[in-house]
Amino acid sequence: MPMHEMSIAQNIIDIAASEAKKAGVRNVLELELEIGKLAGVEYESLEFALGILAPGSVIDGCNLVIHKPDGQAVCCDCGFRFFTDSHISTCPECNSYYCSVDCGKELKVKSILVD
Amino acid sequence: MCDTCGCGEPGSKAVIRLPGESNQNNHDHNHDHEHDHNHHGERRISVESDILSANNLLAERNRGYLEAMGILAINIMSSPGSGKTSLLEKTIIDLRDEISFFVIEGDQQTLNDAQRIESAGAPAVQINTGNGCHLDADMVNKALKKHSLEKGSVVMIENVGNLICPSLFFLGEKKRVVIMSVTEGEDKPVKYPAMFESADLCLINKTDLLPYLEYDLGKAMEFGRKVNHQLHFIEVSAKTGQGMERWYEWLRNEKSSV
Repeated sequence: MPMHEMSIAQNIIDIAASEAKKAGVRNVLELELEIGKLAGVEYESLEFALGILAPGSVIDGCNLVIHKPDGQAVCCDCGFRFFTDSHISTCPECNSYYCSVDCGKELKVKSILVD
Repeated sequence: MCDTCGCGEPGSKAVIRLPGESNQNNHDHNHDHEHDHNHHGERRISVESDILSANNLLAERNRGYLEAMGILAINIMSSPGSGKTSLLEKTIIDLRDEISFFVIEGDQQTLNDAQRIESAGAPAVQINTGNGCHLDADMVNKALKKHSLEKGSVVMIENVGNLICPSLFFLGEKKRVVIMSVTEGEDKPVKYPAMFESADLCLINKTDLLPYLEYDLGKAMEFGRKVNHQLHFIEVSAKTGQGMERWYEWLRNEKSSV
């Protein structure tokens, strides 16, 4: 399956496994992720990949929570901040193309819930 | 800002200590994480870890090694068929008396590209990613060890032909070059913004075919700049050599500032 969500899912499991080991537990009850809407990750593909890799890992059977922060950009010309669903935005205030996306690219394991 | 917890207090300066020396914190508050405890004995462990941190760390390790060796590493990315290997062949043939190259080739299968590069006169290592759609820092780390690298040389990393996945994975490169060819649509940058956003240079290849196509170079560059305001463009034909001198200038310039 050629998709980077597979690598990302494996990285998530590695991080969860290392944290679970530190905490001295074998299983994670809940995995809390933060994946921004502009992070370049397809949520469905990621959930699918996690589902494939889960059996036998610390996240097997755990509850998955994914926070999906919206994309936000700042206009470099007038400073206006706005929500966006694209890497390419035009400032709604001054129509400038010079906008910088600074939120929505998060790729993070936020927390794990363990017993 | 305190760099441990992000509170408003002034950040502590870097502390450099000898073993056994104590670290006196210059402000007084608790850095423990909040853990939820409920009556079943469940606890929440705050992780706050970047999912790509393992790759990023290894990429930094590669970068440090390359920097110490005075080696310029370039990550070359494009869709399949836009002429990455042809461009490398031409570059190696034209500059082999001046620059010592080492090429890392990424493809799902076959040794074809590595063989083409070796025929052009540069040592090459082929990474076959199997089902993988991109190179990662670990693969590049292993590939770098396959060859005794010369100080001051140039490492060209030809990524797997794909405009999506490779953009997320840093390899330790100094610069990222994305190639698009005039046989593709002008709107590649807006269709695959993550790739073009992270690139330093965009080579527009196969310009010898322009007379036969309705490709609008100006439009392609406009799309590229919409995604990445700093993106630099060079139009080339790896086949005829047209424009290649500007690319070589860019390379020499990057090489001199490693």
